[in-house]
Amino acid sequence: MSDHSKSSPLPTYFAVFIALLIGTGLTVYAASLDLGPFNAPVALTIATIKATLVALFFMHVKGASEKLTKLVVVSALFFLLLLLGLTMADYATRAWS
Amino acid sequence: MPDSPTAAGLHTEEHNPALLHHFAEPQQQRDAASLGMWVFLATEVMFFGGLFCAYLIYRLKYFGDFGAASKTLNVTLGATNTAVLICSSLTVVLAVWAAQTARRTLLIGSLAITMILGLVFLGIKGVEYNDKFVEHHVPGASFSFNNVPIPGHPGQYADPHHAQLFFSLYFVMTGLHALHMIIGLGIFLWLLIMAWKGRFTPEWHTPVEIGGLYWHFVDIIWIYLFPLLYLIDRHP
Repeated sequence: MSDHSKSSPLPTYFAVFIALLIGTGLTVYAASLDLGPFNAPVALTIATIKATLVALFFMHVKGASEKLTKLVVVSALFFLLLLLGLTMADYATRAWS
Repeated sequence: MPDSPTAAGLHTEEHNPALLHHFAEPQQQRDAASLGMWVFLATEVMFFGGLFCAYLIYRLKYFGDFGAASKTLNVTLGATNTAVLICSSLTVVLAVWAAQTARRTLLIGSLAITMILGLVFLGIKGVEYNDKFVEHHVPGASFSFNNVPIPGHPGQYADPHHAQLFFSLYFVMTGLHALHMIIGLGIFLWLLIMAWKGRFTPEWHTPVEIGGLYWHFVDIIWIYLFPLLYLIDRHP
């Protein structure tokens, strides 16, 4: 996990930290609004952005020296989306048959 | 976890004592440790993924009932817990940076604060679980969920069987997450003891980095658990 830049990573850490807190407040606020069918997508989008920030900057996936690490991360995500996507494609379309 | 090797055997060239002999250079050794932890985290994604999948299926199937059940959860406590874990992730990256830059006091302090925040999280979770117990929302013989209106559908009441399903998923998912938190606390206690003994140097602090990855992952799981469980249907 090498940091090739000479500058301190601390400003990035604190910026991500503030962004995560703002995202949390935003999620709670958005839940109090009536967005129709978009309440869930908005909440999940904000959650995904937060998770991506944690993974890229706190877990040092961004700038990782080993490309295999990034491949493992992407693979885990791919198989999770496969699980959720294909399962929901089955259940969510049952009314159509 | 690789420990600093003692000087047994011949060293034909100078190298960092923390470098194990089956690695060509320190960066490769660090990468290998990180890769190993990420592969484990990938299995954890699958572990929680199955539960998330089950939750999604039933949430779509019984949306109204799940909304009614979700509304009985305490959003303030849930959001506070989210903030607590986000703070703990910050203290974790600070601990790693402190280890990288030989800042002993900051390292020990950050590890300790991380653990304190973890305990705060579990404490708040305990309060929430107690609330559920008192309200008879714990699945089992004493579960009751009668005459609870479905949000947005005046006159309609939630089916107690479907509500019990929500709470079963709630307890298993947050319970599994809490178990991971407890394990994380154990790991960080060990890190704290090692840091106190001065075992971490800028050349070798792999357990701090690897333990940090685990902790961040547990944080990410909660980042998804909170909106999915607590914020289904909160608009008036």
